Amino acid sequence: MKRTMIILLSNPLSLLGVILVLLVVVLAVFADFIAPFPEHRGSVVDFVYFNKAPTARNIFGSDLVGRDLFTRVIYAYRISLILGVVVLAISMPIGTVVGLLAGYLGGKVEFVLMRLTDVFLSIPPLVLAIAMMGVLEPTLMNAMLAVTAMWWPWYARLVYNIARSECEEGYVLAAEVIGASTFHIVFREILPNCLPAIITKMTLDMGFVIIIVSSLSFLGLGVQPPTPDLGSMVAEGARYLPDSWWLTVFPGLAILIAVFGFNLIGDALREIFGAEQ
Amino acid sequence: MSRVLDIRDLYLRFRGYTGVTDVLHGISLHIDAGERVALVGESGSGKSVTARIVLGILQELRTARIEGSLEFEGQDLNKLTRRQWHALRGTAMSMIFQDPTSSLNPVFTIDTQFAEVLRRRDPDLSNADATSRAAELLESVSIHDHARVLKSYPFQLSGGMNQRVMISMALANRPSLLIADEPGTALDVTVQAQTLKLMHDLVEESRTAVFFISHNLGVVREFADRVYVIYRGRIVEQGPTAAIFENPGHAYTRALMAAVPRITGGGIPEINDVNPAFLDPLVRHDGDAI
Repeated sequence: MKRTMIILLSNPLSLLGVILVLLVVVLAVFADFIAPFPEHRGSVVDFVYFNKAPTARNIFGSDLVGRDLFTRVIYAYRISLILGVVVLAISMPIGTVVGLLAGYLGGKVEFVLMRLTDVFLSIPPLVLAIAMMGVLEPTLMNAMLAVTAMWWPWYARLVYNIARSECEEGYVLAAEVIGASTFHIVFREILPNCLPAIITKMTLDMGFVIIIVSSLSFLGLGVQPPTPDLGSMVAEGARYLPDSWWLTVFPGLAILIAVFGFNLIGDALREIFGAEQ
Repeated sequence: MSRVLDIRDLYLRFRGYTGVTDVLHGISLHIDAGERVALVGESGSGKSVTARIVLGILQELRTARIEGSLEFEGQDLNKLTRRQWHALRGTAMSMIFQDPTSSLNPVFTIDTQFAEVLRRRDPDLSNADATSRAAELLESVSIHDHARVLKSYPFQLSGGMNQRVMISMALANRPSLLIADEPGTALDVTVQAQTLKLMHDLVEESRTAVFFISHNLGVVREFADRVYVIYRGRIVEQGPTAAIFENPGHAYTRALMAAVPRITGGGIPEINDVNPAFLDPLVRHDGDAI
């Protein structure tokens, strides 16, 4: 763990990733203290500063009702991060348990679980989410639900494949021979061997969840106004390109920075864990 | 002398997509307390499946059809519930494998894995007690820097070291039967000899019966008291080690011995894969009470 951190911080690319992610997290966590106009995250109208290009007062410019764009980007980060963490915190355990059980038990259990997973995987993710949001009300809660529903099968598939190959390893047979319970073998022997891959995927996925949630919001199916969201901010501003460029460019850059940061860390972790094995 | 393991007329069939494959055609063998018995044969002759049937692992495979009587320390294994059979594993019977390094989980230290083994018999064992007990056991397999070994991960130790760790783990709960499935085949010859010597002394001391599965006749001759030769799922010859090696009665046994490469050179002998004489009936040597 400590060694991983040291490698992560000594490589310039992964260090950049760590810095970007820390920046995003600090902005999101301390939004109330950093944002120049905290009240602008809600429905506030300020026609004096309506649709202004970046100035010293509004460093990212202001939006169509005069709200400070910088403030809104920071609060949007908060929503994106919460969504990302919640989605992964639900879909990772579900997918992992499904994958482990299918991989280790095999037979009927494998058939039922993995075919179910295939059904979810066969529907394009965004289409599934759009369909779910169409049936449900477009709220933050349901956006999380929809993204979670399309996310867990990837963990199931990943963990299933690792579990299958780990089952061939001698230590699984050795554990069976010594009389270890199924629970012990699955969660104490096989799971720890899957963790590096799971952690790497989670880091990479933080970026992708942010993109997917932004895509849903861009289509008007995700986070609803007046709650700030990077995707809906881009969508709103896209209509006023190229004149009011700051409406799209800054939220877009914000997405880029967060996703880029998480991906850099994810790639580095993949290399580190890969080299160990 | 009490019987530890008694197998009678054991049949094994696998049901596959292409039909039924017969693997074991009614083999019978027994092992007495403290005895070292070897099962010798070529690849695919049914050595390892026999071991897995004794442990009850193969029974969990739905495609396997198993018939025949299995008695362990006087109790009929077939009448045991899965749970009872399960309880025997790792306590009354244990097993060591070909490749010691892959038999240990790479993400845990030896210390942790030892504690888990010891808790099979003694679930409330504290960490400190487990460590000191593990150190004692490692000492018995001539590992003297146990503090370092216990803190290591399996991949940080050599194959011979891991094999010794495996042996001490397998004997940790004082089983009455130890099944050794080609132990040390993955190791080089000197290390293999060392670990076999260690195992020999340990089982002598603890009066553990050993069911030794091997295709290495040299090792078998040194290690075993009695030998069963298996060919295509049938026992073709059985008897005390000395008797079999001095006077192999069965055509297959003779072919097997002729196939051992000589250190003096002279090439590997030509042996036909199929020889009608290999299917001759069982040859029994004296001194083998049935």
